[in-house]
Amino acid sequence: MNEIPILRVEGYSKHFELHEQGKIIPSSCDVNLNVYSGRLTALIGPTGAGKSTVLKGIYRTYLSTSGRLLYRTVSGHEVDLAQADEHSILELRRTEIGFVTQFLHALPRQATEDVVAQPLFQKGMGRSEARDIAHKMLAAMNLPERLWGISPATFSGGEKQRVNLARGLVSHPRLLLLDEPTASLDPKTTERVVRLIEDLKNDGVAMLAIFHHPDLVERMADDVVELEPPLSIEKVLKEIA
Amino acid sequence: MSASYPFGFLNEYAKKEVRRSTLKAVAIPGYQVPYSSREMPMGRGFGTGGLQLTLSLLGKGETLKVIDQGSDDSVNAVNLRSFIEMTCEGINTTTKTDEADFIQSRHRIPETALREDQLIVLQVPYPDPLVVVEPSEDKRKILHGEADYSRLLVKLYEDIVKFDEITISHRYPTRINGHYVIDPSPIPRWDVPKLNQSKALILLGAGREKKIYAVPPYTKAEPLAFEDVPFRVENFSDENGQRRSCQRCGCTSSFLDEFVDSKTGKKVYQCSDSDWCDAQGSASVAEGRTPGATDEYPPTNIEQVVVANG
Amino acid sequence: MDKVLGVKNLSKVYGPGCASCFELTGPEHDTNICPNCRSVVAAHDVSFDLYKGEILGIMGESGSGKSTAVKCLYFDHEPSSGRATFFDEGRQYDLFNLNAAQQRRLANHRFGMVYQNPHLGLNFDITAGGNIAERLLMSEVDNFSEIRGRATSLLSRTEVLPERMDELPKNFSGGMQQRVQIAKALVTNPPLLFLDEVTTGLDLSVQAAILDLIMEIQQEKDTAMIVVTHDLGVIRLLAGRTLVMKYGRVIESGLTDQILEDPQHAYTQRLVASAL
Repeated sequence: MNEIPILRVEGYSKHFELHEQGKIIPSSCDVNLNVYSGRLTALIGPTGAGKSTVLKGIYRTYLSTSGRLLYRTVSGHEVDLAQADEHSILELRRTEIGFVTQFLHALPRQATEDVVAQPLFQKGMGRSEARDIAHKMLAAMNLPERLWGISPATFSGGEKQRVNLARGLVSHPRLLLLDEPTASLDPKTTERVVRLIEDLKNDGVAMLAIFHHPDLVERMADDVVELEPPLSIEKVLKEIA
Repeated sequence: MSASYPFGFLNEYAKKEVRRSTLKAVAIPGYQVPYSSREMPMGRGFGTGGLQLTLSLLGKGETLKVIDQGSDDSVNAVNLRSFIEMTCEGINTTTKTDEADFIQSRHRIPETALREDQLIVLQVPYPDPLVVVEPSEDKRKILHGEADYSRLLVKLYEDIVKFDEITISHRYPTRINGHYVIDPSPIPRWDVPKLNQSKALILLGAGREKKIYAVPPYTKAEPLAFEDVPFRVENFSDENGQRRSCQRCGCTSSFLDEFVDSKTGKKVYQCSDSDWCDAQGSASVAEGRTPGATDEYPPTNIEQVVVANG
Repeated sequence: MDKVLGVKNLSKVYGPGCASCFELTGPEHDTNICPNCRSVVAAHDVSFDLYKGEILGIMGESGSGKSTAVKCLYFDHEPSSGRATFFDEGRQYDLFNLNAAQQRRLANHRFGMVYQNPHLGLNFDITAGGNIAERLLMSEVDNFSEIRGRATSLLSRTEVLPERMDELPKNFSGGMQQRVQIAKALVTNPPLLFLDEVTTGLDLSVQAAILDLIMEIQQEKDTAMIVVTHDLGVIRLLAGRTLVMKYGRVIESGLTDQILEDPQHAYTQRLVASAL
């Protein structure tokens, strides 16, 4: 257990400006939280509170409107993910920060085992070694072996989610962001995932997660952060001004 | 000969230009030097390029030999020789290679090794080997300048893919002094090794195409090939693997012409180089020498691998 | 990380040009034709860096100028102004100030280019294998078996049947012609590869196969690539970072997933929303 947070989110806010429609859509508002190695922080709150937005902001899929996202890299430096240059972000994504989203993006013909092994290929690992690790992870996810050699494009939602998870977990990042990782899974598989996450915790991986079920929050979260729905537009505009 | 024509038919300015172009050609081995090819009293395609070189360089008291496909007797050789005799008063002519100071030839280099004090002019129809792969002269000049002959080499590659060997028979592209690749004129592959480290100066003149180029003495001349598919000369073996001989003099080491005997209707082989053939015949009679034994061209570092089947 | 290419303020104007060309053109004016002198400002002020092993996407609609930068970098066209520096094996090359011979040397040995139109990238008078051999012969390989071997292995790597390597490209389908182009571009193992709309016009299944191939190659060889396309799907799959261009200007640039999910510029938002 480490008292120095691996990630400090300070005053993170995000709104979207839609030019065509002339609208401002508020999302996360003044979020403050810490994430620690070996511990899982859960984000809770009603729909529209901007939970996914926080994860995406950390991963830099979204640009921040304001606030700081201070991440401590493996070398001990603290970098503000909101301001870091693109190459640094790409490098962090490759080596330190993982994100399991709700969508599976894969090349059209890539075999499932390669989709999962991809992060390892990118780290320079040899193909067969990477695939072995991928196989173990897929087995842990309860995905039948007959599916490993074909593309996940035709899989069911639950199957795709397992592939997604396998890929997210296989590269063993220092910080793992999880967006409703068990939403489409049956109880048995959910249980396996829970145990895998526990294993990762023991290995020192820091996690920030959104769970769809309060029970999971109960079981897995070491810290809980509640987000409130965004301020009204007027208040948002006042904040920007 | 009318007194209004100068020595060598061409006026002094014309000759000067040819000589300057020749100097430049010798200074840049293999580079095609453009020059203002004059109108000659014979059609293009009959050796006007070679002729202009000869007329510009030949001097009184020098001895000239003219051959066409190795023969001093063919119509073209005879006509050229007469014209040169007529316009260059005071020169001598000969059919014997070793008596000549100056040789003008169409499509062959003599079998007898040339000496340092001799000079040979070859008649060239198309000077640029790249013309088959690049129609624009501008672009060809750039390719030559950068020694980029990849497209020519691709042609060789495709030959090997299709026929298992390079099928170019004459005008074999040859790299001079490590840079420019030339078309050595329609001499057979047999003659290409003679360009390498030649003791004599070799000049090439194209009249219609208006280019003069040179292979200076003691210069590297490497026919294009691949490391593992080397250059090969013609093979003159019969069906039993026996090297054919000249039916006239018995020589088994010269380039042979193949023709049909008008009396018997059979294929016969005879030395292409008529002076060589004469020398073999008389030598073996006069001195009891074995036909074919002569001075050789300087050793080359190009493998002359004899092809197994033609 | 190793920088491979640095481009600064690249501009290309077709036509006489005048002092107001840049002020009067661009996305705000909804045109890239100067109302004053009728010159076409194909690209203005394009700047970016490219690192080893990275794929940069340049996205835009027709007339955006997305191909212009790449054509200048591959020396097909001369830029009107700007600098481009290529970093290779410890040396730096100021691309636009090299002479023609130096440029050709770099283009032949260190760059690869795949055009949308195979007629620009392939010699249709020689066989598929011959096209690849030609590139090797330009880099002074002179062993026939080695050339044949490398051409064969690259063509099979790009899934062109070895039985067809001695055929002329005109007998191939569009997708296969593209694959021969890719093989030809890769044969010298270039550290920098340009791909200009390489899947546009191809059937979807063929597109998928070619995109797969490009990704694999990038993973295997760590080649830096610039992918020019108008297709968001291609950008999403291939590019880590993307530039969005309109009327010759770069209007937005950033991480690809950020551009696609959180576009800032009005035009980018419209583009992303319009994707099927």
